[in-house]
Amino acid sequence: MGITISNISKSYGEITALSDISFDVKPGELFGLIGPDGAGKTTLFRILTTLLIADHGQATVAGYDVLNDYKSIRNSVGYMPGRFSLYQDLTVEENLNFFATIFGTTIEENYDLVKDIYVQIEPFKNRRAGKLSGGMKQKLALSCALIHKPKVLFLDEPTTGVDPVSRKEFWEMLKRLQKKGITILVSTPYMDEAALCDRIALIQDGNILEIDTPNAIVSHFPKPLYNISAHNMYNLIESLTNYEHTYSIFPFGEFVHYTDKRHPIDKASLKTYLEFQGLTDIKIEKTQPTIEDTFMELAK
Amino acid sequence: MMKDNNVIQVENLSKLFGDFAAVNQISFQVKAGEIFGFLGANGAGKTTAMKMLIGISSPTSGKATVAGFDVYKETESIKKNIGYMSQKFALYDDLTVKENITFFGGIYGLSKKQIDQKRCELVEELGLQEVTKSLVASLPLGWKQKLAFSVSLLHEPKIVFLDEPTGGVDPITRRQFWEMIYKAAHNGTTIFVTTHYMDEAEYCDRVSIMVNGKIEALDTPKKLKEHYKTDTMNHVFLKLARG
Amino acid sequence: MKRFVGFVRKEFYHIFRDKRSLFILFGMPIAQILLFGFAITNEINNVDIGILDQANDVTSKEIINKISASKHFSIVDIIHQESSIESIFKKGKVKAVLQFENNFGNNLIKEKQANVQVLTDATDPNMASTISNYISSILKKYQQELNKNVSVDYQIVPQSRMVYNAELKSVYMFVPGVMTVILMLVSAMMTSISITREKEQGTMEILLVSPLKPFQVIIGKVFPYIFLSVINAVVIVLLSIFVFHVPVNGSLFLLGIESVLFIITSLALGILISTISATQQTAMMISLMGLMLPTILLSGFIFPISSMPLPLQVISNIIPAKWFIIIVKGIMLKGIGIGFVLKETFILLLMTLVFIGVSVKKYKIRLE
Repeated sequence: MGITISNISKSYGEITALSDISFDVKPGELFGLIGPDGAGKTTLFRILTTLLIADHGQATVAGYDVLNDYKSIRNSVGYMPGRFSLYQDLTVEENLNFFATIFGTTIEENYDLVKDIYVQIEPFKNRRAGKLSGGMKQKLALSCALIHKPKVLFLDEPTTGVDPVSRKEFWEMLKRLQKKGITILVSTPYMDEAALCDRIALIQDGNILEIDTPNAIVSHFPKPLYNISAHNMYNLIESLTNYEHTYSIFPFGEFVHYTDKRHPIDKASLKTYLEFQGLTDIKIEKTQPTIEDTFMELAK
Repeated sequence: MMKDNNVIQVENLSKLFGDFAAVNQISFQVKAGEIFGFLGANGAGKTTAMKMLIGISSPTSGKATVAGFDVYKETESIKKNIGYMSQKFALYDDLTVKENITFFGGIYGLSKKQIDQKRCELVEELGLQEVTKSLVASLPLGWKQKLAFSVSLLHEPKIVFLDEPTGGVDPITRRQFWEMIYKAAHNGTTIFVTTHYMDEAEYCDRVSIMVNGKIEALDTPKKLKEHYKTDTMNHVFLKLARG
Repeated sequence: MKRFVGFVRKEFYHIFRDKRSLFILFGMPIAQILLFGFAITNEINNVDIGILDQANDVTSKEIINKISASKHFSIVDIIHQESSIESIFKKGKVKAVLQFENNFGNNLIKEKQANVQVLTDATDPNMASTISNYISSILKKYQQELNKNVSVDYQIVPQSRMVYNAELKSVYMFVPGVMTVILMLVSAMMTSISITREKEQGTMEILLVSPLKPFQVIIGKVFPYIFLSVINAVVIVLLSIFVFHVPVNGSLFLLGIESVLFIITSLALGILISTISATQQTAMMISLMGLMLPTILLSGFIFPISSMPLPLQVISNIIPAKWFIIIVKGIMLKGIGIGFVLKETFILLLMTLVFIGVSVKKYKIRLE
């Protein structure tokens, strides 16, 4: 009763948005679709929510076929599109009321489900949705998507454009919803949010790079990874880019994430090389790869 | 290269909307060639503060100079000496790459010869030879942002203001983007980045964190993380913003 | 049904919260009707006229005196031959010429009927009709004075002849015309904009993914505008009756029914526009260029259809406004009943069904 996707492809003219995608989301799972803008996340969401028809392949949501049973799907899923689609000129309460009504229910009937989220915006219930901050819009949009007690919840980039505090609260809410038995498919361009999902699919240019639990995905990283820092980031990147033994090098905040072609790595000679390039304060330390490292390794 | 020379100097700068202090007596300095991260939650006052610095909004009180020019009286000189790029608007989607470069070169008063020369350099550096006659709309997001950044540097500004420049870009392109920023900073351009994406903050030399119109923290990411005993800027931010 | 009511309530929130649109919605009909009304029924003063008195008797002299005493006219030219009428019109010296027949006075007494011809320069049709009306009323008055004293009725028969624009079709057309334009604008443009706004804001995605059926969305969108358009139609009719004294000779009920039919035609067009445009801007452009201009120019509102080149006359047949204007004009001015506008009503009905059919067919249950 979760989601099954088999061999789904979709093109817009010459641009391939999705090519032969297959995976399943188990009932009650919090599943993350992780990838940058333009990877095909929204297209996949629209196919699953019956808004688009795939060129090839089949998919089911909550046991219903996305093509033939689209009416049943529309009755049983919640969908939060990418841009917090709310009526800007309606108040918080009116928005929620409206979405409850069109799904044939009332706020009172399913209040327990949205209560956690709605209490946070209830003080502003007479404010127009257009005047809310990003975080509050996000909470209202989620309440609206939940008000009819959907079996499956589709959240398309719910945290884009929202500050870290609201993002954190949002993920905490998703965890609580999951406990109530709702299957959740969420997409995000932020790799750091991937760790909060049960399982994730990394997606880029319409292809799934990998599907697994976040821990398993990180453990697939093929090489030992090193944090390197020095007094001048620009020179450090330049030097490592030109180093003959460099396998990969990516800036990562105040460090550079580095992998070496040799096995094992020769730290001493690397340090000497960097010193010879005029760098000081050189630090080379082994570090744990992140999902982002894995993504870049797979996407290379 | 201007070392130890403050290109942005802000003292007790405030902006009031009625009784509400969107920006409340902030003070900071940015050195030439520095990458300065200007962080804050939605509504913390980042955008208002930046609008004053780029000369499109007049402060209520306080002093500030940008590239040596006063934010009250010399806004026109400020505009000539800064570059600006935002995620929301950067380039015209319905113009080609070449037309965009020519247009933006033109509004900053570059001669045709300068524009042609800059364009050749830029196209070669970004590897855009194949697409100079393509509409910007048809480029992948990552290319657009790299191009937009280069365009904001066309007139060799002293300072570039970047407003949430890399949201939604794939991780590899984002790093290429930051390498471009490092290079520009290395060449002496000051980079002022406003963002609420904490992973962008990690790349900055120094960051300030605004909460409710005030700057609550200002230091290198490393020292901030040490001070708040955590290993990511995200946690530093959460601790500050949640009070 | 509850879903539908909820939907309609939401639509009314949208309408009443957008102050500027609301102002256009209700301010425009009033402004337009006043504008057209005053521009057309302007009172005339000191209009230059010429006299061709072929009778030259007491009666004709008396009438000429009455006319020259009126503040509306001043006699600037007395001519003696019929052939010079055209030349003084061409010189633009006069706006009208009054021509008394031979033996005017005698005819009036002996035959109890005499003819006077009022020739007007109808290059300005509104002016021409006003002049002709004023002169007729002066003649009528004189006739009443005569009849008071005498037991038999003498009749002066004014024969008005408009030159240069013989049929004078645009006079009094402004009420039906303005009504048509406003109903069209409110119904078609406002609906198409309100549907495309949902597309633009992304809320259409959620509506599609909800159990709401497409026809519920469409009817829900359309319903508030039927209501508002009817209010507008009433306001226009009331204004024209009480401010401009335009007669409503036919049945108000029939007028109401026909207006609702035309409103539905326009709404169907609005829905059709919204199915082919992705943004509010496109919807507005199509409504203005594709609907308003033909409605104003080709419907017979301003330019008489009979004087258009043949291809435009043919095109005018597919413009719903043309048929509605004929209906309104018939009911208001001629006082005719449903029997005389059956053909026009049927055409409008057919158009409505076609528009609705096409839009239901084009309405997408998905995004592409």
